[in-house]
Amino acid sequence: MLYSEKVMDHFQNPRNVGKMDDADGIGEVGNAKCGDIMKMYIKVSNGVITDVKFNTFGCGSAIASSSMATEMIKGKPIDEALQLTNKAVAEALDGLPPHKMHCSVLAEEAVRAAVKDYYDKNGIAYNPEDFRENSCAHCHE
Amino acid sequence: MFVYADHAATTEMSPVAIEKMTDALKTVWGNPSSLHTVGQEAKVVLEKAREEIAAVLGAEPREITFTSGGSESDNQAILSAVALGAAKGKKHIVSTKFEHHAVLHTLQKLEKQGYEVTYLDVHQNGIVAAEDVAAAIRPDTALVTVMFANNEIGTIQPVREIGAVCRQAGVLFHTDAVQAVGHLPINVRDDNIDLLSLSAHKFHGPKGIGVLYARRGVRLSSLIEGGAQERGKRAGTENIPAIVGMAAALTEAAENMEANTAKVTAMREKLIRGLRGIPYAHLNGDRTRRVPGTVNFCFEGIEGESLLLLLDAKGISASSGSACTSGSLDPSHVLLALGLPHEVAHGSLRLSIDETNTDAEVDYMIRSVEEVVSYLRRMSPVWEDLENGKRKHFFAEYESEEK
Ligand SMILES: Cc1ncc(COP(=O)(O)O)c(C=O)c1O
Repeated sequence: MLYSEKVMDHFQNPRNVGKMDDADGIGEVGNAKCGDIMKMYIKVSNGVITDVKFNTFGCGSAIASSSMATEMIKGKPIDEALQLTNKAVAEALDGLPPHKMHCSVLAEEAVRAAVKDYYDKNGIAYNPEDFRENSCAHCHE
Repeated sequence: MFVYADHAATTEMSPVAIEKMTDALKTVWGNPSSLHTVGQEAKVVLEKAREEIAAVLGAEPREITFTSGGSESDNQAILSAVALGAAKGKKHIVSTKFEHHAVLHTLQKLEKQGYEVTYLDVHQNGIVAAEDVAAAIRPDTALVTVMFANNEIGTIQPVREIGAVCRQAGVLFHTDAVQAVGHLPINVRDDNIDLLSLSAHKFHGPKGIGVLYARRGVRLSSLIEGGAQERGKRAGTENIPAIVGMAAALTEAAENMEANTAKVTAMREKLIRGLRGIPYAHLNGDRTRRVPGTVNFCFEGIEGESLLLLLDAKGISASSGSACTSGSLDPSHVLLALGLPHEVAHGSLRLSIDETNTDAEVDYMIRSVEEVVSYLRRMSPVWEDLENGKRKHFFAEYESEEK
Protein backbone atom coordinates (compact mmCIF):
# COMPACT_ATOMS: atom_id res chain seq x y z
CA MET A 1 0.00 0.00 0.00
CA LEU A 2 1.08 3.53 -0.76
CA TYR A 3 0.01 4.94 2.62
CA SER A 4 0.15 3.84 6.24
CA GLU A 5 -3.07 2.99 8.08
CA LYS A 6 -2.75 6.24 10.00
CA VAL A 7 -2.59 8.27 6.80
CA MET A 8 -5.61 6.45 5.42
CA ASP A 9 -7.51 7.00 8.66
CA HIS A 10 -6.83 10.74 8.70
CA PHE A 11 -7.56 10.96 5.00
CA GLN A 12 -10.85 9.10 5.19
CA ASN A 13 -11.95 10.55 8.52
CA PRO A 14 -10.28 13.93 8.65
CA ARG A 15 -10.37 15.65 12.05
CA ASN A 16 -11.26 19.34 12.35
CA VAL A 17 -12.26 19.70 8.74
CA GLY A 18 -14.28 22.74 7.76
CA LYS A 19 -14.29 26.51 7.78
CA MET A 20 -14.40 28.89 10.74
CA ASP A 21 -16.38 32.11 10.46
CA ASP A 22 -14.92 33.83 13.51
CA ALA A 23 -11.29 32.76 13.13
CA ASP A 24 -8.58 34.84 14.79
CA GLY A 25 -6.01 33.79 12.23
CA ILE A 26 -6.22 32.25 8.76
CA GLY A 27 -3.28 30.82 6.88
CA GLU A 28 -3.33 29.65 3.28
CA VAL A 29 -0.31 27.99 1.72
CA GLY A 30 0.46 25.99 -1.40
CA ASN A 31 -0.47 26.46 -4.98
CA ALA A 32 -3.21 24.99 -7.10
CA LYS A 33 -0.78 24.56 -9.94
CA CYS A 34 1.27 22.15 -7.83
CA GLY A 35 -1.89 20.36 -6.83
CA ASP A 36 -2.17 21.25 -3.16
CA ILE A 37 -3.50 24.16 -1.14
CA MET A 38 -4.11 24.17 2.60
CA LYS A 39 -6.14 26.70 4.46
CA MET A 40 -5.97 26.69 8.23
CA TYR A 41 -8.17 28.61 10.66
CA ILE A 42 -7.27 29.15 14.33
CA LYS A 43 -9.15 30.52 17.30
CA VAL A 44 -6.86 31.96 19.97
CA SER A 45 -7.59 32.77 23.58
CA ASN A 46 -4.95 33.86 26.12
CA GLY A 47 -2.16 32.71 23.83
CA VAL A 48 -3.66 29.26 23.46
CA ILE A 49 -5.07 27.78 20.23
CA THR A 50 -8.51 26.79 21.45
CA ASP A 51 -9.91 25.67 18.14
CA VAL A 52 -8.60 24.89 14.70
CA LYS A 53 -10.15 23.96 11.37
CA PHE A 54 -8.77 23.24 7.93
CA ASN A 55 -9.79 23.00 4.29
CA THR A 56 -7.47 21.30 1.84
CA PHE A 57 -7.30 20.80 -1.90
CA GLY A 58 -4.83 18.03 -2.54
CA CYS A 59 -3.94 14.39 -2.49
CA GLY A 60 -4.61 11.90 0.28
CA SER A 61 -1.43 12.71 2.16
CA ALA A 62 -2.12 16.46 1.98
CA ILE A 63 -5.52 15.96 3.58
CA ALA A 64 -4.09 13.55 6.17
CA SER A 65 -1.21 15.92 7.00
CA SER A 66 -3.59 18.83 7.52
CA SER A 67 -5.81 16.73 9.72
CA MET A 68 -2.90 15.48 11.82
CA ALA A 69 -1.41 18.97 12.17
CA THR A 70 -4.70 20.37 13.48
CA GLU A 71 -4.84 17.62 16.10
CA MET A 72 -1.27 18.34 17.15
CA ILE A 73 -1.81 22.05 17.77
CA LYS A 74 -5.34 22.08 19.13
CA GLY A 75 -5.34 23.22 22.75
CA LYS A 76 -1.63 24.09 22.62
CA PRO A 77 -0.06 27.47 23.43
CA ILE A 78 0.97 29.33 20.29
CA ASP A 79 4.66 29.03 21.19
CA GLU A 80 4.32 25.29 21.26
CA ALA A 81 2.32 25.17 18.02
CA LEU A 82 5.13 27.06 16.33
CA GLN A 83 7.51 24.26 17.31
CA LEU A 84 5.55 21.83 15.15
CA THR A 85 7.80 20.48 12.41
CA ASN A 86 6.90 18.70 9.23
CA LYS A 87 8.90 15.72 10.45
CA ALA A 88 6.75 15.49 13.56
CA VAL A 89 3.61 15.53 11.42
CA ALA A 90 4.99 12.83 9.12
CA GLU A 91 6.11 10.70 12.08
CA ALA A 92 2.73 11.02 13.75
CA LEU A 93 1.26 9.64 10.53
CA ASP A 94 3.64 6.65 10.71
CA GLY A 95 5.58 8.09 7.81
CA LEU A 96 4.84 9.41 4.33
CA PRO A 97 6.23 8.17 1.01
CA PRO A 98 9.35 10.21 0.09
CA HIS A 99 7.66 12.08 -2.76
CA LYS A 100 4.84 13.08 -0.41
CA MET A 101 6.98 14.66 2.30
CA HIS A 102 6.17 18.11 0.92
CA CYS A 103 2.61 17.60 2.12
CA SER A 104 3.84 17.60 5.72
CA VAL A 105 5.91 20.71 4.96
CA LEU A 106 2.75 22.36 3.74
CA ALA A 107 0.96 21.43 6.97
CA GLU A 108 3.73 22.97 9.08
CA GLU A 109 3.63 26.12 7.00
CA ALA A 110 -0.16 26.36 7.14
CA VAL A 111 0.05 26.45 10.94
CA ARG A 112 2.74 29.15 10.84
CA ALA A 113 0.79 31.16 8.27
CA ALA A 114 -2.31 31.09 10.48
CA VAL A 115 -0.29 32.23 13.50
CA LYS A 116 1.36 34.98 11.47
CA ASP A 117 -2.07 36.19 10.36
CA TYR A 118 -3.19 36.23 13.98
CA TYR A 119 -0.09 38.24 14.96
CA ASP A 120 -0.63 40.67 12.09
CA LYS A 121 -4.27 41.20 12.95
CA ASN A 122 -3.50 41.83 16.60
CA GLY A 123 -0.38 43.96 16.18
CA ILE A 124 1.83 41.40 17.87
CA ALA A 125 5.50 41.79 16.94
CA TYR A 126 7.47 38.84 15.53
CA ASN A 127 10.60 38.09 13.58
CA PRO A 128 9.59 37.81 9.87
CA GLU A 129 12.51 35.41 9.38
CA ASP A 130 10.57 32.84 11.39
CA PHE A 131 7.67 32.91 8.95
CA ARG A 132 9.20 32.38 5.59
CA GLU A 133 7.37 30.10 3.19
CA ASN A 134 9.16 27.72 0.90
CA SER A 135 6.77 24.86 0.40
CA CYS A 136 6.41 25.70 -3.26
CA ALA A 137 10.10 25.20 -3.84
CA HIS A 138 9.17 21.69 -4.99
CA CYS A 139 7.00 23.08 -7.69
CA HIS A 140 8.30 24.71 -10.81
CA GLU A 141 6.22 27.73 -11.66
CA MET B 1 -20.30 -3.13 -4.88
CA PHE B 2 -16.97 -3.87 -6.53
CA VAL B 3 -16.44 -2.21 -9.91
CA TYR B 4 -13.28 -2.60 -11.92
CA ALA B 5 -13.14 0.44 -14.20
CA ASP B 6 -9.47 0.51 -15.10
CA HIS B 7 -9.40 -1.66 -18.22
CA ALA B 8 -7.10 0.79 -19.98
CA ALA B 9 -4.47 -0.09 -17.36
CA THR B 10 -4.98 -3.81 -17.65
CA THR B 11 -7.70 -6.42 -17.96
CA GLU B 12 -8.59 -9.67 -16.28
CA MET B 13 -7.67 -12.67 -18.39
CA SER B 14 -10.38 -14.33 -20.40
CA PRO B 15 -11.28 -17.83 -19.14
CA VAL B 16 -10.78 -19.19 -22.65
CA ALA B 17 -7.27 -17.72 -22.79
CA ILE B 18 -6.46 -19.07 -19.32
CA GLU B 19 -7.57 -22.53 -20.35
CA LYS B 20 -5.54 -22.54 -23.55
CA MET B 21 -2.58 -21.08 -21.74
CA THR B 22 -2.58 -23.55 -18.87
CA ASP B 23 -3.01 -26.34 -21.34
CA ALA B 24 0.05 -25.09 -23.21
CA LEU B 25 1.99 -24.83 -19.95
CA LYS B 26 1.32 -28.49 -19.31
CA THR B 27 1.74 -29.92 -22.76
CA VAL B 28 3.75 -27.53 -24.95
CA TRP B 29 6.91 -27.08 -22.93
CA GLY B 30 9.34 -27.97 -25.68
CA ASN B 31 11.80 -25.50 -27.15
CA PRO B 32 10.60 -24.62 -30.66
CA SER B 33 14.21 -24.28 -31.80
CA SER B 34 14.89 -27.95 -31.00
CA LEU B 35 14.88 -30.36 -33.91
CA HIS B 36 13.38 -33.27 -32.01
CA THR B 37 9.69 -34.06 -31.95
CA VAL B 38 8.97 -32.33 -28.61
CA GLY B 39 10.54 -29.15 -29.95
CA GLN B 40 8.88 -29.34 -33.31
CA GLU B 41 5.49 -29.83 -31.72
CA ALA B 42 6.06 -26.60 -29.84
CA LYS B 43 7.08 -24.95 -33.09
CA VAL B 44 3.78 -25.94 -34.66
CA VAL B 45 1.83 -24.39 -31.78
CA LEU B 46 3.94 -21.24 -32.00
CA GLU B 47 3.35 -20.83 -35.71
CA LYS B 48 -0.34 -21.52 -35.38
CA ALA B 49 -0.63 -18.69 -32.84
CA ARG B 50 1.29 -16.42 -35.20
CA GLU B 51 -1.12 -17.25 -38.03
CA GLU B 52 -4.13 -16.60 -35.82
CA ILE B 53 -2.85 -13.17 -34.81
CA ALA B 54 -1.82 -12.29 -38.35
CA ALA B 55 -5.31 -13.18 -39.57
CA VAL B 56 -6.96 -10.82 -37.08
CA LEU B 57 -4.72 -7.95 -38.16
CA GLY B 58 -4.91 -8.67 -41.87
CA ALA B 59 -1.18 -9.37 -41.90
CA GLU B 60 1.01 -12.24 -43.04
CA PRO B 61 2.40 -14.52 -40.33
CA ARG B 62 5.99 -13.56 -41.19
CA GLU B 63 5.13 -9.94 -40.43
CA ILE B 64 4.38 -10.80 -36.80
CA THR B 65 7.22 -10.66 -34.24
CA PHE B 66 6.56 -11.65 -30.65
CA THR B 67 7.88 -9.29 -27.98
CA SER B 68 7.49 -8.82 -24.25
CA GLY B 69 4.68 -6.30 -24.70
CA GLY B 70 3.71 -2.83 -25.83
CA SER B 71 6.77 -1.07 -24.46
CA GLU B 72 9.24 -3.34 -26.18
CA SER B 73 7.31 -3.19 -29.46
CA ASP B 74 7.28 0.60 -29.36
CA ASN B 75 11.01 0.73 -28.65
CA GLN B 76 11.88 -1.74 -31.37
CA ALA B 77 9.60 -0.17 -33.97
CA ILE B 78 11.06 3.29 -33.47
CA LEU B 79 14.68 2.20 -33.24
CA SER B 80 14.31 0.00 -36.34
CA ALA B 81 12.79 2.81 -38.41
CA VAL B 82 15.43 5.21 -37.22
CA ALA B 83 18.22 2.78 -38.16
CA LEU B 84 16.71 2.44 -41.65
CA GLY B 85 16.47 6.21 -41.95
CA ALA B 86 19.98 6.83 -40.65
CA ALA B 87 21.36 4.69 -43.47
CA LYS B 88 19.92 7.33 -45.81
CA GLY B 89 20.96 10.27 -43.68
CA LYS B 90 17.43 10.90 -42.36
CA LYS B 91 17.33 12.09 -38.78
CA HIS B 92 13.89 13.58 -38.28
CA ILE B 93 10.85 12.00 -36.64
CA VAL B 94 7.23 13.19 -36.47
CA SER B 95 5.13 12.26 -33.45
CA THR B 96 2.56 13.79 -31.11
CA LYS B 97 2.61 15.42 -27.71
CA PHE B 98 0.49 12.78 -26.07
CA GLU B 99 2.10 9.46 -26.93
CA HIS B 100 2.64 6.81 -24.28
CA HIS B 101 5.94 7.11 -22.42
CA ALA B 102 7.20 3.98 -24.18
CA VAL B 103 7.24 6.13 -27.32
CA LEU B 104 8.02 9.53 -25.80
CA HIS B 105 10.99 8.38 -23.74
CA THR B 106 12.43 6.52 -26.72
CA LEU B 107 12.11 9.70 -28.78
CA GLN B 108 13.69 11.79 -26.03
CA LYS B 109 16.64 9.43 -25.95
CA LEU B 110 17.02 9.82 -29.72
CA GLU B 111 16.90 13.60 -29.39
CA LYS B 112 19.91 13.39 -27.08
CA GLN B 113 21.66 11.41 -29.81
CA GLY B 114 21.12 14.17 -32.36
CA TYR B 115 17.75 13.25 -33.86
CA GLU B 116 15.13 15.92 -34.30
CA VAL B 117 11.54 15.24 -33.29
CA THR B 118 8.45 17.26 -34.18
CA TYR B 119 5.75 16.74 -31.56
CA LEU B 120 2.42 17.57 -33.17
CA ASP B 121 -0.35 19.34 -31.36
CA VAL B 122 -3.32 17.17 -30.49
CA HIS B 123 -5.77 20.06 -30.31
CA GLN B 124 -8.47 20.51 -27.71
CA ASN B 125 -10.30 17.37 -28.80
CA GLY B 126 -7.26 15.11 -28.48
CA ILE B 127 -7.05 14.27 -32.16
CA VAL B 128 -4.08 14.98 -34.39
CA ALA B 129 -4.89 16.17 -37.91
CA ALA B 130 -3.55 14.22 -40.89
CA GLU B 131 -2.84 17.57 -42.58
CA ASP B 132 -0.59 18.51 -39.66
CA VAL B 133 1.34 15.29 -40.22
CA ALA B 134 1.64 16.07 -43.93
CA ALA B 135 2.91 19.56 -43.16
CA ALA B 136 5.48 18.27 -40.67
CA ILE B 137 7.06 15.69 -42.97
CA ARG B 138 10.42 16.83 -44.40
CA PRO B 139 12.82 15.29 -46.88
CA ASP B 140 14.85 13.98 -43.93
CA THR B 141 11.91 12.47 -42.05
CA ALA B 142 12.62 8.84 -41.20
CA LEU B 143 9.46 7.98 -39.28
CA VAL B 144 6.01 9.12 -38.30
CA THR B 145 4.76 7.56 -35.06
CA VAL B 146 1.21 8.36 -33.94
CA MET B 147 -0.78 6.24 -31.51
CA PHE B 148 -4.00 4.57 -32.67
CA ALA B 149 -5.96 5.48 -29.55
CA ASN B 150 -4.82 7.45 -26.56
CA ASN B 151 -4.52 5.52 -23.31
CA GLU B 152 -5.68 8.30 -20.99
CA ILE B 153 -8.53 9.95 -22.85
CA GLY B 154 -9.37 7.26 -25.40
CA THR B 155 -9.48 9.44 -28.52
CA ILE B 156 -8.99 7.67 -31.84
CA GLN B 157 -6.52 9.11 -34.33
CA PRO B 158 -7.11 9.24 -38.09
CA VAL B 159 -4.63 6.43 -38.63
CA ARG B 160 -5.67 5.48 -42.15
CA GLU B 161 -5.36 9.10 -43.36
CA ILE B 162 -2.03 9.55 -41.61
CA GLY B 163 -0.84 6.28 -43.12
CA ALA B 164 -1.85 7.48 -46.57
CA VAL B 165 0.04 10.73 -46.06
CA CYS B 166 3.14 8.74 -45.06
CA ARG B 167 2.85 6.34 -48.00
CA GLN B 168 2.67 9.25 -50.38
CA ALA B 169 5.72 10.88 -48.81
CA GLY B 170 7.63 7.59 -48.66
CA VAL B 171 8.00 7.78 -44.87
CA LEU B 172 7.59 4.83 -42.51
CA PHE B 173 4.52 4.93 -40.28
CA HIS B 174 4.37 3.32 -36.85
CA THR B 175 1.28 3.25 -34.66
CA ASP B 176 1.12 2.29 -30.99
CA ALA B 177 -2.17 0.40 -31.14
CA VAL B 178 -1.98 -0.99 -27.61
CA GLN B 179 -5.30 0.63 -26.62
CA ALA B 180 -6.98 -0.17 -29.92
CA VAL B 181 -6.26 -3.80 -30.77
CA GLY B 182 -9.09 -6.05 -29.67
CA HIS B 183 -11.39 -3.03 -29.30
CA LEU B 184 -11.44 -1.40 -32.73
CA PRO B 185 -11.40 -2.96 -36.19
CA ILE B 186 -7.87 -2.76 -37.55
CA ASN B 187 -6.48 -3.98 -40.82
CA VAL B 188 -2.83 -3.14 -41.32
CA ARG B 189 -3.15 -3.13 -45.11
CA ASP B 190 -6.29 -0.99 -45.37
CA ASP B 191 -5.00 1.30 -42.63
CA ASN B 192 -1.66 1.91 -44.37
CA ILE B 193 0.37 0.82 -41.35
CA ASP B 194 4.05 -0.15 -41.64
CA LEU B 195 4.73 -0.89 -37.99
CA LEU B 196 2.22 -1.59 -35.22
CA SER B 197 2.60 -2.32 -31.50
CA LEU B 198 0.12 -4.33 -29.47
CA SER B 199 0.02 -5.76 -25.98
CA ALA B 200 -2.01 -8.81 -24.90
CA HIS B 201 -2.98 -7.68 -21.42
CA LYS B 202 -5.18 -4.88 -22.78
CA PHE B 203 -7.58 -7.36 -24.37
CA HIS B 204 -7.90 -10.05 -21.69
CA GLY B 205 -4.65 -11.78 -22.60
CA PRO B 206 -1.64 -12.34 -20.34
CA LYS B 207 0.86 -9.67 -19.31
CA GLY B 208 4.42 -9.53 -20.59
CA ILE B 209 3.62 -10.55 -24.14
CA GLY B 210 2.95 -8.50 -27.24
CA VAL B 211 3.50 -8.18 -30.94
CA LEU B 212 5.39 -5.93 -33.24
CA TYR B 213 3.88 -6.04 -36.71
CA ALA B 214 6.36 -4.97 -39.38
CA ARG B 215 5.22 -4.82 -42.99
CA ARG B 216 7.17 -7.14 -45.25
CA GLY B 217 10.19 -5.23 -46.46
CA VAL B 218 10.51 -3.14 -43.29
CA ARG B 219 13.65 -4.50 -41.73
CA LEU B 220 13.64 -4.72 -37.96
CA SER B 221 16.77 -4.20 -35.86
CA SER B 222 16.98 -6.40 -32.80
CA LEU B 223 17.05 -4.91 -29.32
CA ILE B 224 18.01 -8.22 -27.73
CA GLU B 225 20.90 -10.14 -29.22
CA GLY B 226 21.25 -13.88 -28.92
CA GLY B 227 19.70 -16.83 -30.65
CA ALA B 228 17.94 -16.80 -33.99
CA GLN B 229 14.38 -16.79 -32.65
CA GLU B 230 11.82 -14.61 -34.41
CA ARG B 231 13.81 -14.64 -37.62
CA GLY B 232 16.79 -13.22 -35.78
CA LYS B 233 14.92 -10.10 -34.69
CA ARG B 234 14.16 -11.02 -31.11
CA ALA B 235 16.41 -13.44 -29.29
CA GLY B 236 15.20 -15.60 -26.41
CA THR B 237 13.26 -18.83 -26.17
CA GLU B 238 9.66 -18.03 -26.98
CA ASN B 239 7.07 -17.83 -24.20
CA ILE B 240 4.70 -20.20 -25.91
CA PRO B 241 1.99 -20.38 -23.22
CA ALA B 242 1.74 -16.59 -23.16
CA ILE B 243 1.72 -16.44 -26.96
CA VAL B 244 -1.06 -19.04 -27.07
CA GLY B 245 -3.01 -17.07 -24.44
CA MET B 246 -2.58 -13.88 -26.45
CA ALA B 247 -3.76 -15.50 -29.67
CA ALA B 248 -6.82 -16.96 -27.96
CA ALA B 249 -7.71 -13.65 -26.31
CA LEU B 250 -7.29 -11.72 -29.55
CA THR B 251 -9.36 -14.14 -31.58
CA GLU B 252 -12.08 -14.00 -28.95
CA ALA B 253 -11.99 -10.20 -28.84
CA ALA B 254 -12.20 -10.00 -32.63
CA GLU B 255 -15.14 -12.42 -32.75
CA ASN B 256 -17.06 -10.49 -30.11
CA MET B 257 -16.03 -7.02 -31.16
CA GLU B 258 -19.30 -5.93 -32.67
CA ALA B 259 -21.43 -7.06 -29.74
CA ASN B 260 -18.93 -5.72 -27.20
CA THR B 261 -18.71 -2.35 -28.92
CA ALA B 262 -22.48 -1.95 -28.91
CA LYS B 263 -22.79 -2.89 -25.25
CA VAL B 264 -19.80 -0.89 -24.01
CA THR B 265 -20.61 2.20 -26.07
CA ALA B 266 -24.11 2.33 -24.63
CA MET B 267 -22.73 2.11 -21.09
CA ARG B 268 -20.08 4.71 -21.85
CA GLU B 269 -22.70 7.13 -23.17
CA LYS B 270 -24.71 6.70 -20.01
CA LEU B 271 -21.60 7.26 -17.91
CA ILE B 272 -20.75 10.43 -19.83
CA ARG B 273 -24.28 11.76 -19.52
CA GLY B 274 -24.32 11.02 -15.81
CA LEU B 275 -20.95 12.56 -15.02
CA ARG B 276 -21.74 15.63 -17.09
CA GLY B 277 -24.55 16.30 -14.65
CA ILE B 278 -21.91 17.21 -12.06
CA PRO B 279 -21.28 20.97 -12.14
CA TYR B 280 -17.99 22.05 -13.65
CA ALA B 281 -17.19 18.58 -14.89
CA HIS B 282 -15.60 18.37 -18.30
CA LEU B 283 -15.23 15.40 -20.62
CA ASN B 284 -11.68 15.32 -21.96
CA GLY B 285 -11.21 14.47 -25.60
CA ASP B 286 -13.56 14.28 -28.53
CA ARG B 287 -17.17 13.53 -27.66
CA THR B 288 -17.57 10.57 -30.04
CA ARG B 289 -14.27 9.66 -31.70
CA ARG B 290 -13.11 7.50 -28.83
CA VAL B 291 -12.56 3.84 -27.99
CA PRO B 292 -15.76 2.28 -26.68
CA GLY B 293 -14.86 2.12 -23.00
CA THR B 294 -12.63 5.04 -22.01
CA VAL B 295 -14.00 8.13 -20.32
CA ASN B 296 -11.85 10.88 -18.85
CA PHE B 297 -13.24 13.81 -16.87
CA CYS B 298 -11.80 16.78 -15.05
CA PHE B 299 -13.63 18.10 -12.01
CA GLU B 300 -12.74 21.62 -11.05
CA GLY B 301 -11.66 22.33 -7.48
CA ILE B 302 -10.52 18.86 -6.48
CA GLU B 303 -7.42 16.74 -6.80
CA GLY B 304 -7.44 13.38 -8.55
CA GLU B 305 -5.55 11.20 -6.12
CA SER B 306 -7.92 11.85 -3.24
CA LEU B 307 -10.80 11.23 -5.63
CA LEU B 308 -9.29 7.88 -6.62
CA LEU B 309 -8.65 6.75 -3.07
CA LEU B 310 -12.18 7.58 -1.96
CA LEU B 311 -13.63 5.78 -4.98
CA ASP B 312 -11.42 2.81 -4.15
CA ALA B 313 -12.87 2.84 -0.64
CA LYS B 314 -16.28 2.53 -2.33
CA GLY B 315 -15.04 -0.45 -4.32
CA ILE B 316 -14.37 1.38 -7.58
CA SER B 317 -10.99 0.92 -9.29
CA ALA B 318 -10.19 3.94 -11.46
CA SER B 319 -7.20 6.03 -12.48
CA SER B 320 -6.17 9.68 -12.62
CA GLY B 321 -3.67 11.89 -14.38
CA SER B 322 -2.94 14.07 -11.37
CA ALA B 323 0.67 14.74 -10.42
CA CYS B 324 0.20 12.80 -7.21
CA THR B 325 -0.69 9.68 -9.13
CA SER B 326 1.88 10.12 -11.88
CA GLY B 327 4.65 10.09 -9.29
CA SER B 328 6.04 13.29 -10.78
CA LEU B 329 5.44 16.95 -10.02
CA ASP B 330 3.40 17.61 -13.10
CA PRO B 331 0.01 16.30 -14.02
CA SER B 332 -0.31 14.02 -17.04
CA HIS B 333 1.35 15.22 -20.23
CA VAL B 334 -1.75 14.08 -22.10
CA LEU B 335 -4.05 16.47 -20.27
CA LEU B 336 -1.54 19.31 -20.56
CA ALA B 337 -1.32 18.60 -24.30
CA LEU B 338 -5.07 19.27 -24.51
CA GLY B 339 -4.35 22.77 -23.23
CA LEU B 340 -5.72 22.22 -19.74
CA PRO B 341 -4.07 24.29 -17.01
CA HIS B 342 -2.20 22.39 -14.28
CA GLU B 343 -4.79 23.02 -11.57
CA VAL B 344 -7.58 21.59 -13.72
CA ALA B 345 -5.51 18.64 -14.94
CA HIS B 346 -4.86 17.67 -11.29
CA GLY B 347 -8.58 16.96 -10.95
CA SER B 348 -8.83 14.26 -13.58
CA LEU B 349 -10.46 10.87 -13.45
CA ARG B 350 -10.25 8.06 -15.99
CA LEU B 351 -12.90 5.36 -15.93
CA SER B 352 -12.29 2.64 -18.49
CA ILE B 353 -15.03 0.06 -18.75
CA ASP B 354 -15.51 -2.96 -20.95
CA GLU B 355 -18.05 -5.68 -21.70
CA THR B 356 -17.54 -7.27 -18.27
CA ASN B 357 -19.08 -4.18 -16.61
CA THR B 358 -22.83 -3.79 -16.13
CA ASP B 359 -25.45 -1.08 -16.30
CA ALA B 360 -25.93 -1.26 -12.55
CA GLU B 361 -22.20 -0.65 -12.12
CA VAL B 362 -22.42 2.42 -14.32
CA ASP B 363 -25.24 3.78 -12.13
CA TYR B 364 -23.19 3.07 -9.03
CA MET B 365 -20.14 4.83 -10.50
CA ILE B 366 -22.12 7.94 -11.42
CA ARG B 367 -23.62 8.12 -7.93
CA SER B 368 -20.30 7.50 -6.21
CA VAL B 369 -18.36 10.03 -8.25
CA GLU B 370 -21.04 12.63 -7.57
CA GLU B 371 -20.82 11.96 -3.85
CA VAL B 372 -17.04 11.98 -3.65
CA VAL B 373 -16.65 15.07 -5.83
CA SER B 374 -19.08 17.07 -3.75
CA TYR B 375 -17.51 15.83 -0.51
CA LEU B 376 -14.03 16.86 -1.65
CA ARG B 377 -15.30 20.19 -2.92
CA ARG B 378 -16.79 20.94 0.47
CA MET B 379 -13.30 20.76 1.98
CA SER B 380 -11.48 22.41 -0.92
CA PRO B 381 -10.24 26.00 -0.57
CA VAL B 382 -9.93 26.08 -4.36
CA TRP B 383 -13.61 25.26 -4.78
CA GLU B 384 -14.46 27.90 -2.18
CA ASP B 385 -12.59 30.49 -4.27
CA LEU B 386 -14.31 29.30 -7.43
CA GLU B 387 -17.67 29.64 -5.73
CA ASN B 388 -17.05 33.11 -4.32
CA GLY B 389 -15.54 34.39 -7.56
CA LYS B 390 -11.94 34.78 -6.35
CA ARG B 391 -10.95 32.23 -8.93
CA LYS B 392 -12.34 31.89 -12.42
CA HIS B 393 -14.07 28.72 -13.54
CA PHE B 394 -12.06 27.27 -16.38
CA PHE B 395 -14.92 25.30 -17.85
CA ALA B 396 -17.50 28.05 -17.74
CA GLU B 397 -17.46 28.55 -21.50
CA TYR B 398 -17.13 24.82 -22.21
CA GLU B 399 -20.27 24.14 -20.25
CA SER B 400 -22.35 26.66 -22.12
CA GLU B 401 -20.93 25.47 -25.43
CA GLU B 402 -21.58 21.83 -24.85
CA LYS B 403 -24.84 21.53 -22.97
C1 LIG C 1 -0.76 3.26 -25.44
C2 LIG C 1 0.14 2.30 -24.70
N1 LIG C 1 1.35 2.01 -25.19
C3 LIG C 1 2.18 1.17 -24.57
C4 LIG C 1 1.83 0.55 -23.40
C5 LIG C 1 2.80 -0.37 -22.73
O1 LIG C 1 2.42 -1.70 -22.87
P1 LIG C 1 3.07 -2.83 -21.96
O2 LIG C 1 2.55 -2.62 -20.59
O3 LIG C 1 2.61 -4.12 -22.55
O4 LIG C 1 4.55 -2.68 -22.04
C6 LIG C 1 0.57 0.83 -22.83
C7 LIG C 1 0.14 0.21 -21.57
O5 LIG C 1 0.38 0.69 -20.49
C8 LIG C 1 -0.29 1.73 -23.51
O6 LIG C 1 -1.49 2.03 -23.01
